[in-house]
Amino acid sequence: MDPTQSQQLAYIAGQAADARVNVELETDEGMVLNLGPQHPATHGTLRIVAKLDGELVIKAEPIMGYMHRGYEKLTEVRTYPQITALINRIDWLGNFANEVPFILAAERLMDVEAPPRAQHIRTILFELSRISNIALFLGDMAVQLGAVTPVFFAFRDREHVLNQIEAVTGGRFHPNFDRIGGLKDDLPAGWIEETHAVMVKMRKFCDEIEDLVLGNEIFQARTRGIGVIPADVGLEYGLSGANIRASGVDWDLRRDNPVGLAWDKVDWKVWTHPDGDSFSRYWVRLQETREATNIVDQLLDTMPAGPIMAKVPRIIKVPAGEAYVATENPLGEMGYYLVSQGELTPFRVKIRSASFSNMSIAPWVLQGTYVPDVVTILASLYFILGDIDR
Amino acid sequence: MSPLSSADTEGVTADTAREAAVAEFAEALGDACLETHVFPGVDCWIRVATDGWLQAAQVARHELNYRYLDFVSVIDWMPSPYGREMDTQQDRDPNAVADVEPMQHGVTGGDTRMQAIGRVHSLITNIGVNIKCDIPDDTLTLDSWISVFGGVNWHEREAYEMFGVAFTGHPGLRHLYLPGDFEGNPMRKDFPLLARRVKPWPGIVDVEPMPDTGNNAGGES
Repeated sequence: MDPTQSQQLAYIAGQAADARVNVELETDEGMVLNLGPQHPATHGTLRIVAKLDGELVIKAEPIMGYMHRGYEKLTEVRTYPQITALINRIDWLGNFANEVPFILAAERLMDVEAPPRAQHIRTILFELSRISNIALFLGDMAVQLGAVTPVFFAFRDREHVLNQIEAVTGGRFHPNFDRIGGLKDDLPAGWIEETHAVMVKMRKFCDEIEDLVLGNEIFQARTRGIGVIPADVGLEYGLSGANIRASGVDWDLRRDNPVGLAWDKVDWKVWTHPDGDSFSRYWVRLQETREATNIVDQLLDTMPAGPIMAKVPRIIKVPAGEAYVATENPLGEMGYYLVSQGELTPFRVKIRSASFSNMSIAPWVLQGTYVPDVVTILASLYFILGDIDR
Repeated sequence: MSPLSSADTEGVTADTAREAAVAEFAEALGDACLETHVFPGVDCWIRVATDGWLQAAQVARHELNYRYLDFVSVIDWMPSPYGREMDTQQDRDPNAVADVEPMQHGVTGGDTRMQAIGRVHSLITNIGVNIKCDIPDDTLTLDSWISVFGGVNWHEREAYEMFGVAFTGHPGLRHLYLPGDFEGNPMRKDFPLLARRVKPWPGIVDVEPMPDTGNNAGGES
């Protein structure tokens, strides 16, 4: 069989497999609605097959894999320094934050400690990527509910933060800046003052969004009491980040799981909301963005002097062992279970991404909702496709 | 602050909280708990017998208050027949035969090629526990955790398609990412990474041999 013929057969097989999902959901009653793969509410190529009875969703099934890139397999043939370039692309909006837990896991196995200044700058960049990520969510959720203005504010003000990240790392979205043992470079001159100014702008942005969105009657009517997730169910599904804090669980890995970054050196607050609905998820994220600007401000003022790189060998071989390091990324708990056997490359990397678990609750929470609310709930759970599919 | 010497664990050689957590598991599981390991101040592991896998989840969630599910996955401990490093002989010559290395299991040991790993977290003590379990080589089947943690659904589907491990009791064990008719289990070590077979790692080409390293290195260029 020549390659083209086998390619055609593979394509037909794939089509047939997709069709089977529809058949599975189709019964004698109800109709099937495909949301996606390309739908504005899905941030990429997520497809949701919903079985409807009138406007009521009886069963909803997300179909993933349109963006599966096999990072867990690819890490097995990359050296440790090369891997950060890959894992940048898992959650592409939370760029720098993706690299940190992996680097920390490798550092833990190597028994290397980044110097205090490097830890400080890491934490600042981590929080900056949180601000730029969540700022987009704040506008994006509003636009999915029909309010167009906030998303323009979000794109406008997020750019200030991305400029600051770019000034340090050279990349807006894929910094590839974290190194085992420290950082690639120090901060450029004048960066601290500029970042202070940007933080003032971002706090103003949060106030604007609060005025525009939170008090809006239509927004409240469409989000209050929609997609309620009780804390117990959320924990069972591994929900993390703002999604679980919006269900009243006071749990933040930045505070509860110190992994050697500078969060314990500043004064900040973990925001929770008791309701567990779409509105509270939005509200918690808004408060977190404002809190993150305070964290950055305090860290900038207490920057220690010193080197930014610890002593590490030129060729990095990580001693045999296993380590799981998770941090509180913009989307929730992101962790890497790293198995090393003392080689240049990891033996196995299990990527525990936040959106995967956050979305796994979708069939549970979408059941029994109405079609317009599907968009609200998906938007408020806030997922990045690359973070689900990895 | 390295994780080994963070503020609250400075110089700690014994981690009483994690020792206690592991001891609770060992007591509740009895004979099913095969081995435990504590990395002071950082993490802890337990290994349970194949029959005790579901029981471990029940004990964790209902008795010991580990209510948060981190992840469930599988580790394939077979050394890759294609070589692990980017400049191995196998990458230079696809037809070369690999040396058979012995399997090297991780922290709590193991007897089988496939090993399941689940991680649960307690919000009360703030301790996460890694639960490992051997998967029998002949059946490659394990009990599903779905009756205990509903969120394990997608994790087990991913493990099923990537490693070919079946979970009994799972309501819809089908492919999660891969097309329905995809054959093979990509995350297994003996599944070749075709990108590397089609085109060798470009890094190899860039390396110029030093004049004194090989017999023919100088003459060719």
